Amino acid sequence: MSGNGKESLVGNGLTVIEPRVGFHMLNFRELWAYRELLWVLTMRDIKVRYKQTVLGASWAIIRPVLTMVIFSVVFGQLAKLPSDGFPYPVFVYAGLLPWLFFANAISTSGQSLVGSANLVSKVYFPRLIIPLSSVGAGLIDLLISTGVLLLLMIWYGVPLTLNLLAAPLLLVGVVFAALGVGTLLSALTVAYRDFTHLTPFMVQIWLYITPVIYPVSMVPKDWQWVMFLNPMTGLVEAFRAAFLGKAFDLTGIAISFAVALIIFLIGVAYFERVERRFADII
Amino acid sequence: MLPAVKVEHLWKEYVVGQSHDRHATFYDTLSNALKAPFRKRDETLADPTKFWALNDVSFDVEPGEVVGIIGRNGAGKSTLLKVLSRITAPTKGRVEVRGRLASLLEVGTGFHGELSGRENIFLNGAILGMSRKDIAKKFDEIVAFAEVEKFIDTPVKRYSSGMYVRLAFAVAAHLDCDVLIVDEVLSVGDSAFQEKCMAKMGDLSQGGRTVLFVSHNHAAMGKLCQRGVVLQFGRRMYDGSISEAMHFYNRSTRTSSIGLSATLSGDLQRAVTFQQLTINEAAIAPEHPISPAAPVVFKLRAVSSIPLDEFRVTFCITRHGDTLLGLHDALTPNTQPLGFFESTVVVPAFTLPPGDYGVDLNAYSNRNGQWMLAKGVAQFSIALEWHEGYEPSHAMGAFNLATPGTRVQLGGQIA
Repeated sequence: MSGNGKESLVGNGLTVIEPRVGFHMLNFRELWAYRELLWVLTMRDIKVRYKQTVLGASWAIIRPVLTMVIFSVVFGQLAKLPSDGFPYPVFVYAGLLPWLFFANAISTSGQSLVGSANLVSKVYFPRLIIPLSSVGAGLIDLLISTGVLLLLMIWYGVPLTLNLLAAPLLLVGVVFAALGVGTLLSALTVAYRDFTHLTPFMVQIWLYITPVIYPVSMVPKDWQWVMFLNPMTGLVEAFRAAFLGKAFDLTGIAISFAVALIIFLIGVAYFERVERRFADII
Repeated sequence: MLPAVKVEHLWKEYVVGQSHDRHATFYDTLSNALKAPFRKRDETLADPTKFWALNDVSFDVEPGEVVGIIGRNGAGKSTLLKVLSRITAPTKGRVEVRGRLASLLEVGTGFHGELSGRENIFLNGAILGMSRKDIAKKFDEIVAFAEVEKFIDTPVKRYSSGMYVRLAFAVAAHLDCDVLIVDEVLSVGDSAFQEKCMAKMGDLSQGGRTVLFVSHNHAAMGKLCQRGVVLQFGRRMYDGSISEAMHFYNRSTRTSSIGLSATLSGDLQRAVTFQQLTINEAAIAPEHPISPAAPVVFKLRAVSSIPLDEFRVTFCITRHGDTLLGLHDALTPNTQPLGFFESTVVVPAFTLPPGDYGVDLNAYSNRNGQWMLAKGVAQFSIALEWHEGYEPSHAMGAFNLATPGTRVQLGGQIA
């Protein structure tokens, strides 16, 4: 375990502690050395989440299904929003999967550092582990609710296609987008508690600018690229394409992936920049 | 042999008063950032609300040495340990740590009440930097040490507080490391368990580990440590054998605590410490009454951890709870640089009539808008004695000013 020094490593097992000024890039080696902690904290979040709830882990199914039912009634039946020719419940549920994961991940990771104040002020480890583990804990819910999507598709007779092979890559995309926004929010929340109040509001608005309850095809063709500047647009659309067998909008997805990557880099860079001050201001 | 820990000119600055940097609103920062390019540079310099929690601290610790860090609350011990554990970054200076460092600033960090004892051992171990394999290997030993075998699969929220801290300490005690930093964690559990902890700590330090250790339990420190470093106001005041260090500490606290009966108030306390007050060169509360014919000289030794603007100390002479006189150490408030200072005021002879008096001390800094008051710092009395130049009639008022009036003879005849 020698050599998990943060600032610089000179020789064997020497840790140098110095004031931190300017820009520091993420120390992947150190993060890797703490991978077990990431795993343990993720498992803690998962184990603790549904403790002392009567319905337990079935909440992971109830929440998206209930949301799907409400959206289907309000937006599918009453508002009669188009759904690219798929049954609205399947259409909206396929969009809700990545969206709920993303929304949940950024809300919990945004609060994660402040919620772990006792850890941050008593023990050293790469702080990035904390928001990472909150995002990681959401993955299990995503897996469970994906199972439900497959059942829904069988029920509505939507066939599976080879597009599904893209799903793992899309998952990586969503995780990166969530990590970027989540780390940025978690660092901002430590310094400015305003974000505790701002985040839920932001998530709400973000849902409406993301084509979850409506298809991108509703937006005039010339303006669709603007939609894709929201990384979740490309990811939600691509999720649907992968599961429902729709054609991929490659340009749109490329834009969204690029934006997701940029957000991720900004989020991590900002986090690294203010990391060492956390213990003083939290 | 290279030192295990090398601390070189370490400084750590904190902001006094919490409103400035902590939990600032986003709007403030945003508007500051927008205005910043248009602001003159020197405005951002020298902020009087900042103070040095660590003030140029340097020392080396050799491998295998067990060092106790001694000091009063606020002396900088915890800040030092936090910098060494990399929880907070130093403002200036440099630390080198050779080997794997583990720090134990609290027992049970990260324990989760909903999880079982078993799960918490793995969780806490991972947080302290142990690998899963290491924990698994030491698992039985940890459980046996904590004496919680029967409850290992019960959520720890159902544990008694004794069981909880025993388990927490047990995990920490089985940490594998070269340099161990321990902050006041030995005072857990009942006395039997405390002895067990002490024995374990002794084993750890016998095993060739380098240990830095903070505790207010001086008996424990004397047993475990060879060397002591005394911190005061963020400075290293003494470094030597543990017994010498404790001796130094005891001596310095005896004279530096200004009458334990004094009541302190005001936020300037965070920056200024009144250390010692003497009255006519005697320590607090002179045993014998002071002759009215002698001037009374009050000398205050104090220290400030930040530079203070428009600063002044006022000595108040009280009688029966009323303030009779206020004497300033400077005619107008002036700048007081960081560091030790001595303020002197003199009450001229024959000013105070015979009787018993008290002293309050008051310090304030106009610019910073901060003050502190120490009430009931000392008592003294003025003797009722006949003395050349002294008339009992001097004692007619609460005090006498040595500024006699004048009397002139007027002309004219009395009818």
